[in-house]
Amino acid sequence: MRFDTIIIGGGLAGLTAGIRLQEEGRRTAIVSSGQSALHFFSGSFESLKDCPEAEELFDRAGVRLHNLPGSRRLLPGGAFREAVLSLGDVSLLPGEGPIGKKALIVSFNGYHDFFPELLAGALEKDGTPSIQGIVEMEELAALRKSPTEMRSVNIARVLDKCPDKFVQKVKELLADGVDTVILPQVFGLDGDEVPRAISEGLAPLKVIFVGTLPPSVPGIRTQNMLRRRYERLGGTFIIGDSVVSGAVHEGIVSSVASHNLDTYRLFADNFILCSGSFFSKGLHSSPTAIEEPVFGLDVEFPEDRSLWYEADFFEPQPYMGIGVKADKDLHPSIGGEKVTNLYVAGAILGASKDGKYGTGAGKAIKSALAAANKILSL
Amino acid sequence: MTFQEYTSSVHNFEECMKCTICTAYCPVVPVNPDYPGPKQAGPDGERLRLSDPLFFNRALKYCLNCKRCEVVCPSGVKVGDLIQEARLRFDNSKPKLRDRILASTDFMGSMARPFAPIVNAVTGMGIAKAVMDGVLAVDKHRTFPKYSSSSFEKWLRKQESKQGSYPRQVAYFHGCYVEYNNPQQGKDLVKVLNALGVGVQLLEGEKCCGVAAISNRLEKQACKNAQANLEAIGKAVAQGLTVVNLSSSCTFAIRDEYPSILKLDNSAVKDSVVLATRYIWQLLESGTVELRFKKDLKPLRVVYHTPCHLQKLGWSMFSKELLKLIPNIELIPLEQNCCGIAGTYGFKKENYETSMAIGEKLFEQIRKANPDIVATDCETCRWQIEMGTGYPVRHPVSLFADALEDPLA
Ligand SMILES: Cc1cc2nc3c(=O)[nH]c(=O)nc-3n(C[C@H](O)[C@H](O)[C@H](O)COP(=O)(O)OP(=O)(O)OC[C@H]3O[C@@H](n4cnc5c(N)ncnc54)[C@H](O)[C@@H]3O)c2cc1C
Ligand code: SF4
Ligand code: SF4
Repeated sequence: MRFDTIIIGGGLAGLTAGIRLQEEGRRTAIVSSGQSALHFFSGSFESLKDCPEAEELFDRAGVRLHNLPGSRRLLPGGAFREAVLSLGDVSLLPGEGPIGKKALIVSFNGYHDFFPELLAGALEKDGTPSIQGIVEMEELAALRKSPTEMRSVNIARVLDKCPDKFVQKVKELLADGVDTVILPQVFGLDGDEVPRAISEGLAPLKVIFVGTLPPSVPGIRTQNMLRRRYERLGGTFIIGDSVVSGAVHEGIVSSVASHNLDTYRLFADNFILCSGSFFSKGLHSSPTAIEEPVFGLDVEFPEDRSLWYEADFFEPQPYMGIGVKADKDLHPSIGGEKVTNLYVAGAILGASKDGKYGTGAGKAIKSALAAANKILSL
Repeated sequence: MTFQEYTSSVHNFEECMKCTICTAYCPVVPVNPDYPGPKQAGPDGERLRLSDPLFFNRALKYCLNCKRCEVVCPSGVKVGDLIQEARLRFDNSKPKLRDRILASTDFMGSMARPFAPIVNAVTGMGIAKAVMDGVLAVDKHRTFPKYSSSSFEKWLRKQESKQGSYPRQVAYFHGCYVEYNNPQQGKDLVKVLNALGVGVQLLEGEKCCGVAAISNRLEKQACKNAQANLEAIGKAVAQGLTVVNLSSSCTFAIRDEYPSILKLDNSAVKDSVVLATRYIWQLLESGTVELRFKKDLKPLRVVYHTPCHLQKLGWSMFSKELLKLIPNIELIPLEQNCCGIAGTYGFKKENYETSMAIGEKLFEQIRKANPDIVATDCETCRWQIEMGTGYPVRHPVSLFADALEDPLA
């Protein structure tokens, strides 16, 4: 089968590039092994303060993004961090000063992926006293039948059906002086209507949503909304299949082969590799080398393995910056020879020395748009 | 052997990082609180079962074997295979008579055929339904698929010499559904293939693919059928023939479940067994054949549903691309959702409500799109969608056959 562009990997980078190309009427396919890092997403695009092109593209997919210069966000572990471009349900807090007079931090019995104590400690230091409350509902009791399934997605499934009841339950927990309610991000698997309805239902109280341990409800929602948008635009999304190799001749990729399609090959004029980092198997490390498994692209890494990591687990890890080498147009190389119709975007891309694309999800978006725009300009 | 190979586990279960993404996409979890979900039923449970088989949990029977968990797992854990294999290995209760009956699609078909009109009338009757519901626990809301009094196999055998006269040849694994319930669907495929200059041969000694036997824990029966099929397919492949099939679940069973669950080696024939949609598409793509569609085809609004096993196979694009070739068609691909029937699962009384509740998301999408017709590659999805929405459902190849010019008599 022949496409204009084939994208390998359907995470944030692959979907962003795919949507951009489909919106311009190109015929594309995305092949993606499994689900992506978006399922673990905090909701904030690291290293990206603003990006009108992405904001508009996401908006057309129904995903609202926002940021306010100088504002902060509250991380699940209790730290405050400068805000970056974020999903609509990441709450932006004033740059300084207490976030409220008194906060109510809400959680659920048996839910271990959210830490009210840590948040309370952080708020206290920041000048906001808090109380903690547990919302109990019969719908949630059914979930606890298997205790390990009290996880964000399952809770969201239950609460998405009865947001009004949840709001009522929170109101019952209110005490004198509380003007702020802190909730885990366990709302809105199919759209952000539910978190919005909850904010409105609790007004004039201020509602702050804080991330949970994975899986990330806003992340899963984002993945599914982007995929829906891509498919509605006519894109072919093939999930659960892995590209295993590419035919490269004189610096040009003509086709790729996949696990499920065995001998049948997919052809395209251009290819974008968005297969992620180690976590998504876009990069593979062995005791002696770090490799890109599909095309065997050049990867830059120190020969001495002890330089790949810091012994202190909590220090920034050098391997996080290791990735496929690419030129300014995002073309990679094989054995030093540039591949001219292949682009790399997203987490698979090594940290560039000039920091052009940034890190994390910001890098995924910026590099994906750059690759797609380059293809559109040809 | 490298160190990694020594450390690999059955169906990759040790690769699980407990992210619960599989559980997030399992269609049963949101509607049946008694089902522990793929992570617990699969990799978590496997650790316990391996330490002591007593940890086996009967609730695993609620798994639809839809494989959606496998498709989404970021770590490549074969969650669905783990669950199906655990049901075969660790559940030592005897499969119920009802399950044996439901699983024996070919035996039931050959018994019912001579009395087709009577059987259809009886299984459709209130009293018979009440008996089936009460005694056999086959849900009374279900209408049994109608049996056909004519045999596809006989029909095709009669045209052996005509089929033999085409320059290209394929073997056709037609399956129980075409043989006993819907011979027309098989005839549609023959029409399309003939129009492409391909003659169709039967396999020698084809049996039910065994997918229903696997999900009803009739391992011996499944293996017996599978071995017979591998032999029949092997003979055709030895003659250089590709083996085509219309049903995504049969094809998936033969290609993937024979080795992964029944532990039968199919490596010699696997690549030669393909869905007919893929075969037709590849033939068209080779540029050696030409198609003539009827003139003045009326506009047709079609929604396409990807069956779960077809998603797992990764081949739904062939069906969609073929449909797009039909002049005057408006094709709307539906977002992939499980229809909820999962073969015999939805026929069981204890699963009826779950089954319909799972399908609701898909039904809703179909009603919203309000198509002329629904296209899908799986016969059990077809029953479920017809029942859940009232819209007519057909195989993409049948729609394709309808649009082709009729051959000169
Ligand atoms: C657990 C985790 C949490 C993170 N959280 C954040 C966060 O909160 N904020 C932030 O800014 N950044 C975060 N990041 C960084 C992350 O890398 C980026 O945010 C971004 O999501 C990466 O997107 P991507 O599309 O490049 O890669 P991925 O999201 O990793 O997607 C790659 C996709 O390619 C597929 N794939 C791999 N190989 C093949 C193949 N051969 N054939 C077909 N498909 C293939 C994979 O299955 C996967 O679906 C996180 C990373 C991880 C691992
Ligand atoms: S999706 Fe895969 S890795 Fe995640 S819990 Fe399920 S089996 Fe484990
Ligand atoms: S095969 Fe389907 S029903 Fe069974 S656990 Fe996996 S997703 Fe759930």
